[in-house]
Amino acid sequence: MNSIRACVIVFPGTNCDRDTHFALSKIMDIPTDFVWHDFDEVLDYDIVVLPGGFSYGDYIRTGVFARFSPVMKSVEKYVLEERGLIIGICNGFQILTEAGLLPGALTRNTSTRFICDTVEINVENFQTPFTRSVTKKNLKLPIAHSDGNYRISEKELEKLKAQNRIVFRYVENPNGSVEDIAGVCSENFRILGMMPHPERAACSVLRNTDGVEIFKSMVDYLRSEKIARS
Amino acid sequence: MLDHKKVGISDREYGLIKQILKREPNDIELLLYSAMWSEHCGYKHSKRLLKKLPGGSSGENAGFVKIEDNFIVFKVESHNHPSAVEPFQGAATGIGGIIRDIIAMGARPIALADSLWFGPIEDSQSRHIFEGVVRGISSYGNSIGVPTVAGEVHFDESYKTNPLVNVLALGVCKELKSAKAKGVGNSFVLVGSKTGRDGIHGAAFASRELSDDTDSDRPSVQVGDPFSEKELIEATLEIIRLPQVIAVQDLGAAGLLSSTSEMVSKGNLGAVLYLDRVPLREKDMKPEEIILSESQERMMFLVEKGKENEVIEIAKKHLLDASIVGETTADKNYKLIWKDEVVANVPVESLGEAPDFYRKVEKADYVEKLKRLKIPKINKPVSEILKKLFSSPEIASKKWVYRQYDHTVQTNTVILPGEADSAIMWIKNSKKGIGLTIDGNGRYVYLDPFEGSKNVVFEAARNLVATGCKPLGITDCMNFGNPEKDDVFWQFEQSILGISEACNSLKIPVTGGNVSFYNESTSGRAIYPTPVIGMVGVIEDVSKALTMSFKNTADYVYLVGRTSIRERNIGGSLYLKLLENFVGGSIDTVDTEYELKLQNFILKMIDSGVLNSAHDVSDGGLLTSICECCISGNKGIDLFFTENIEELFGEVQSRFVITVKPEFTEIFEAMAKKENIEYLHLGFVRSDFRLFLNDKEIIDFGSIKSLYDSTLNRWMEEEF
Repeated sequence: MNSIRACVIVFPGTNCDRDTHFALSKIMDIPTDFVWHDFDEVLDYDIVVLPGGFSYGDYIRTGVFARFSPVMKSVEKYVLEERGLIIGICNGFQILTEAGLLPGALTRNTSTRFICDTVEINVENFQTPFTRSVTKKNLKLPIAHSDGNYRISEKELEKLKAQNRIVFRYVENPNGSVEDIAGVCSENFRILGMMPHPERAACSVLRNTDGVEIFKSMVDYLRSEKIARS
Repeated sequence: MLDHKKVGISDREYGLIKQILKREPNDIELLLYSAMWSEHCGYKHSKRLLKKLPGGSSGENAGFVKIEDNFIVFKVESHNHPSAVEPFQGAATGIGGIIRDIIAMGARPIALADSLWFGPIEDSQSRHIFEGVVRGISSYGNSIGVPTVAGEVHFDESYKTNPLVNVLALGVCKELKSAKAKGVGNSFVLVGSKTGRDGIHGAAFASRELSDDTDSDRPSVQVGDPFSEKELIEATLEIIRLPQVIAVQDLGAAGLLSSTSEMVSKGNLGAVLYLDRVPLREKDMKPEEIILSESQERMMFLVEKGKENEVIEIAKKHLLDASIVGETTADKNYKLIWKDEVVANVPVESLGEAPDFYRKVEKADYVEKLKRLKIPKINKPVSEILKKLFSSPEIASKKWVYRQYDHTVQTNTVILPGEADSAIMWIKNSKKGIGLTIDGNGRYVYLDPFEGSKNVVFEAARNLVATGCKPLGITDCMNFGNPEKDDVFWQFEQSILGISEACNSLKIPVTGGNVSFYNESTSGRAIYPTPVIGMVGVIEDVSKALTMSFKNTADYVYLVGRTSIRERNIGGSLYLKLLENFVGGSIDTVDTEYELKLQNFILKMIDSGVLNSAHDVSDGGLLTSICECCISGNKGIDLFFTENIEELFGEVQSRFVITVKPEFTEIFEAMAKKENIEYLHLGFVRSDFRLFLNDKEIIDFGSIKSLYDSTLNRWMEEEF
C-alpha cells in the first residue's frame, strides 16, 4: 500500500497545529510534518491541512494576512496541479475563502460572541473525498470561533447547491450562517473548508470520535485514487 | 526632587532607604524602591504570615507538583484593580501575566481557570464589568490557544466597584527552568514586545489608591496583545532548550526592574542595565519610565556571553523584538545606565527586602455579633425556594460564560465545563489526568475567617474527589481589604492559618500564590475576605473520570458523609442570603479526620466503578445539588427525605450526592459500614424530568431548567 503523507501548515498565531498533528499522526497513523508559513517550495504531500487558530492574531480580518504568506503560493500551486486533498478547519477555512480557493466569506457570529460548544452537523453529500466513509447521518463536533457566519452571494450559493458542494449543515445554526452551512467544497471536491473541528473529536479518551470519520474518508479516498492511478 | 510620600514611601521607609544608601536617593532610585517595596511586589503585610503555609514557595515564578516524571506547574494571580478600571484589558492582561509565569518555568500552558466575583447582576455597572471581564478572558485566552476549562462566577454586593478577577494557569513540562542568575558577565536578553509607557506604577497602583494627579496620568492599566503572547510562548519554549540559556524570568509587575533584580538577587549577583538599549514603542521615554514600564508580552533571558545570537534569531522567527540590555556583575549592585551616565546604583538585595509590616491584632468584633444572629425561619413552599435559587446568577448555569471560552483547544479536556465539580485534563501518551478546580466562598470566610478558609480548601478537595481525582497541591489567591485596618489584617492572618491547617491535614503543599490587598469599595468598605483556592489533583485512569449527572433510571441516590445538619450550623448558607438577605449565624466546620476518611472512601468507590455519578454538596445545600444532578442528566428523582427547609437547603460540610447502580448497592453499603462512613438512601433516579418528595410532586424540572439555562442570558443579552 502506498503510504499517505500529510502536512499541517503553521502560521504565526495558529493554535490548532499540534492538535491536528496529533490526530493525524497518532490517531490516524499518517506520517505528518509541520510546514512553516514561509515555506515556498513544492508541497509534496497527499493531505494539506490549514488548521485552526488566530493567524496573525485575527487582526483586521480573519485570514487576511495569512493569505499573503509565501506558503499560500505553494498551496495555490498544489491546487492547480491537483496533487492531493486540502482541508481548512476553522481559521483554515477562513484563510481559504480569503485566498479565493473556496467561495464565500466567514463573518462575525450573529451573537458577536466567541462560541465554544459541541454541535451536530448533517452530512449533506456523502460522495466527497471527505465524507465517503462517514457512517452516520450527522456528526457531533466541537466548534470554537468568533467568525463562523458563512456569507455568499445568491448566485454563488445557487452554484454551490447545483454542484452539491455544501458538505455540512448545522442541525441548529449557532452563528447565523446562510442556509446553516458548516462546510463547503471546491468545484473539484479536493478542497474542503469547515468551521467545526474534527481533530478535537478524534480520540476515545475525549469521549468523541466523530471527527475520525472525516479523516478516514480522506485516507480511503487517497488510497483508492492511488490504486486507480497505479 | 520627588516627594517620597507621593510615591507611596513612608517617612520610616525613606529613613531605611537613606540608611541603606548612606545618602539621599535620587528620584529614579526612590522610584525603584517605591515599586519594589510596594505591597504588590514587596509583600510587606503578608510575607511573615505566608511563611506559615506548608510547602512554602519554591521562590520561582510558579510552584509545581509532580505526576510521574511530569512537572505540573500552576499558579493563580489576581488582576482585580485593573479589571475594575478597564474590565476588558484588565482581565486580558491578567491572563497574559499568569501565562508568562508558567512559561518562565519551562512549561507549556495547557489550562486556564478563573474565579470571578462581581457586584449584583441587577446593577448595570456590575454587568458592564462582568461583560468586559468575560470578553477579555475570551479574547486573550482563546487567541493564545490555552483552554479555559474551569472556574466560578459569583455576584454579591460586597464586590460592587471592586470585582475580583483571579486567573489560574497550569502547564506541564519534563524539566524545570529557573529564574536564578549565574555567572558574571552574562547577558540579559529582552525578548517580546517593545516597551511603552503603559502600566507605569502598576505595582504601586495595585497596592494603594494613587495620589490626586493620577487622573491626568496615563492609566496604570496595561494593554494586551494576545498575538505577541502566543508567539512569546512558542519562542520561549524554543529558546529555553538552548544550552546557553541560564535563567528565565517574565516581566510582570514593576517590569524590567523586578525581573532583573530578582534574577540576580537569587544568584547573589549584581546587574547593570543599559536602558537606551531597550526597544521602545514611544518617543522620548525617560529612564524611569523604561525601567518601570509594565508593557505586556516580554520575557527576560540570561544567556552566556557571546552566545546571544541564537536566542535573537528564534525571537525574530516568531516576529518578536530581542536585544541585549545588560549583564550580570559581581558587585551585587543594581546599576542603571542611560546615555553613558549612571542614573541609579543601589544594593540589589535591598530592593527585595521591603520592611515587614506584620503586627499583632485583636480578633475583629463583628464576628461574635454576626454569630449570635438567629437564623431566620423560612416558610415558603419548596418549589418557590427552588425557583428563587435557580433564577439567581449564583446557582444558574454559567454556560453563557464558558461558551465564550475555548475549552477544547489542545485536545486534552476530558471533562468539559458544567459537567462536573472539577475539570480533568488528559496527560497525552499516558492514562493519567490532571484534575483542576478553583474555589472560594466570601461569606463563610467573612463569618469565620479561620474555619471558613478551611472549608474552602476542603471544598476544593471535594470538587476534585467527586470526579475521581486525588488532591496534590494548591495555589492560593488571597483577596482582602486594606491590611492597615485591624479587622482586615486579622481576617488575613486567620485565613492563612486556616488554609495551613487544612493543607497540613490533607498533606498537600501550597505551592505558591498571590496576595491582593486594598480591595475596597469606593465608599471604603472592604470586600468579604475572599481567599480563592486553586487545587490540582491526579486521576490514574482518565477513563474513570466521573461526572455529576444522574445517568440511569432506577439508580439508587445516596447522601454520603454528614447525613443531617445537626447543630443548625448553617450560617452563611446561600439560600439565607438569597431569600432573606441574611449573612450571619455559625458556619459549619470540618471534622478533619472524618473528612479525609470520606474523601478516601469516595475515591475508592469511583476507582472500583461502583458509582454512576458524584457531586459535592455546596452552594444551595442538598436539594440544590440533587437538582443540578437531575438537570445535568435530564432525569428526575423520587426523593424520600424530611421536608424541613434547613435540611433541604442548609449548607454543611463533608457531603456528596452519589448514584449507585442497583446491582452494586449491597457492596456500596457494606463498604460504607466497614469504613464507618454515614450514608442515607435518598431515593431513586426517575426516567422523567420530575421531582417527587415523599411521593408528592414538588416541581417539573422543565421549569427549573429553563430558569437555570436562561438567567445569565436574560441579564446579559437583553436590554434593561
